[in-house]
Amino acid sequence: MRALFARSRLIVIAGYLAVIVLAPLVSPKGYWLSLLCQIGIATVFALSFNMLLGQTGLLSFGHAVYFGLGAFATIHLLRAMQAGSWRIPVTLLPLAGGLAGLLFGVALGYVTTRRAGTTFAMISLGIGEMVAASSLMFPAFFGGEAGVSSNRMTAPGWFGITYGSQLQMYYLIAAWAFLCILGMYALADTPLGRMANAVRDNPERAEFVGFDPQWVRYLMVVLAGFFAGVAGGLNALNYEIVTAETLSASTSGIVIMMAFVGGIGHFAGPIIGAALITVLQIAVAAVTEAWPFYFGILFTVLVLYAPGGIAGIFAEHKRLFDTGQLGPALRQYLLKLLPFSLCAAGVITLVEMAYALANTTERGSAPLHVFGVTLNAARPVGWAPPVIALVVGVLLLRLISRRLSAKSERVLTPLMERA
Amino acid sequence: MQFVLSSVLNGVAYGLLLFMLSSGLTLIFSMMSILNFAHAAFYMLGAYLAYQISSAIGFWPGLLIAPLLVGALGALVERYGLRKAHRFGPVAELLFTFGLSFLAVEAVQLIWGKAAVDYRVPPSLQGALFTFQGISYPVYKAFMMAVSVGMLLALYAGLAFTRLGLIIQAALSRPDMVQALGHDVPRIFTLVFGGGTALAGLAGVIGGNALVTEPGMAESMGPIVFVVVVVGGLGSLGGAFVASLLIGVLQTFMVGLDWSLIDLLRALHVETQAAPSLTRLSLTQLAPIMPYILMVVILIFRPRGLMGARET
Repeated sequence: MRALFARSRLIVIAGYLAVIVLAPLVSPKGYWLSLLCQIGIATVFALSFNMLLGQTGLLSFGHAVYFGLGAFATIHLLRAMQAGSWRIPVTLLPLAGGLAGLLFGVALGYVTTRRAGTTFAMISLGIGEMVAASSLMFPAFFGGEAGVSSNRMTAPGWFGITYGSQLQMYYLIAAWAFLCILGMYALADTPLGRMANAVRDNPERAEFVGFDPQWVRYLMVVLAGFFAGVAGGLNALNYEIVTAETLSASTSGIVIMMAFVGGIGHFAGPIIGAALITVLQIAVAAVTEAWPFYFGILFTVLVLYAPGGIAGIFAEHKRLFDTGQLGPALRQYLLKLLPFSLCAAGVITLVEMAYALANTTERGSAPLHVFGVTLNAARPVGWAPPVIALVVGVLLLRLISRRLSAKSERVLTPLMERA
Repeated sequence: MQFVLSSVLNGVAYGLLLFMLSSGLTLIFSMMSILNFAHAAFYMLGAYLAYQISSAIGFWPGLLIAPLLVGALGALVERYGLRKAHRFGPVAELLFTFGLSFLAVEAVQLIWGKAAVDYRVPPSLQGALFTFQGISYPVYKAFMMAVSVGMLLALYAGLAFTRLGLIIQAALSRPDMVQALGHDVPRIFTLVFGGGTALAGLAGVIGGNALVTEPGMAESMGPIVFVVVVVGGLGSLGGAFVASLLIGVLQTFMVGLDWSLIDLLRALHVETQAAPSLTRLSLTQLAPIMPYILMVVILIFRPRGLMGARET
């Protein structure tokens, strides 16, 4: 706790608080506010996911289960209040989602944490599929295709706040998100958080110190379930409708991408990832219909070349800056910029052409504009330039990397061997 | 009687298809400790390539060419992707294959569209093989079984009796020693990964037209194959075999039975009005989640799976 309130951390926390309080002032437009709401919810969800992957070393392919069940619990509570005479202020309702996530964490986590490592990943996927498939079997609870909807103005909050406007909803999300982030941040510093790190790094030694790794994993899954449930509850209140999609495999997949792209090795990583992926989802989807493909490429390239995500890239360059190596590194990037752009242009053109070709039968062949050039995907000749660009780009990148690594090996190998 | 016979035959055909997928997954896992999340994506690619080839030059060349192409693609993925991810540890490997499976589904939608493609059983394999007490058994189901069993025997013979098979077996348990004896272990890894994905591709070729060839087929098959591997015991080929057949037969039986809890209660002369959504749920409706329930039960009572080694 003392560490939490150290001065440098207080400054960061106060700065973050100022950002989320002032964010709605940036633009008066409605979509800006709804974007902020989405980012807030995604942040809590992605951080709760990273309690497992980043802190405990558990890769879950079914984290949406807790998010979705928290959302369904919240919306059903809201409906029950609509029908009955009792009221719980909406301000507190996300807590109900959290409790639902916690309870399902207690039940399902008992099964998933029986094994660690890759087996955990498979089991979490199985449990996720089980819950998703059940949602089609119990339409009374999950609402079938249409989902379950309600009205958040049924039970007003305190001080006459009705949550009728999106701005009030944003501040509800911001407040809960801030509390959850603080909670998860503090949790990482508790003995449990530290033991989770130990279990991640070396379960045998953790056991040797006297802690049961399975129990530590179980506790972390339960707590992560709570925070995911809060995020789900906020989601239910924000949209006033919950569908089976919220607990599907695609929701679980998106949260993996958010946490990983942002960086699982740093606490702030998933916050960055949640904001970036949410913005990209909207921005890229507006430009091209093939946006999931670009997401897949971004994700796969990051896994191969920057497994620390964006936060990791920042940390790496700060280290380079501190040791005075940033200049040479930047020069390398400049050298690689042209071949990299060639690759990117080639891939984007190919994807857009494939997409245009796949859609020609449905809409007639619409002319395709990529980088200001009109292309015809139906002619085989049209495919040559992007393929050539891609091949030349890859070859150049390999050539440059090989030259550079040969150079750095001469410098680094003696150092590495000593280490 | 008819029902039991047809369910067993259909269940075994489905179970063998599951085993073609889970055997490749198990081989790759036990050798390289990589859980190939994209395994079902290779199965899907096999089906789509077979569709493309069969519509150009016929089904039989496709039966051979499509798995080879998928295997070659798998080998490339191992050589230029997984080997890079390997430096960052098992989580990076798993995430890489996760990214691949995502990309594969999107790529298939880009190339072949979002709707199912018309990949059909060839005319020479259509029709009924035999009719017994009113049930007719399709030729293609028997063909599927023959291909699966033939492939499994070939796999077994290859692993047990050839020089390469012996090296692979040795590399399963002591890769460092095999390396020290002068064998190129990374190349063996590439070979095994390519072989495993080729098996998945073959399963796609013969399964794609029996079931349906659509972009969702990887997502519907993947989790079940994982369940098979967990139930059978991670890294155990025998366990994967038993679990595949068990899940295949069980699921086929359940699809055909519309018994529900309320029927059981009535048979026991218990009348209840409570929880109709639960008591009226039939076995047919429960069939899709049966594999997962089986997995949960196995994990609670035997966490290492039917034939798996104790976790170290």
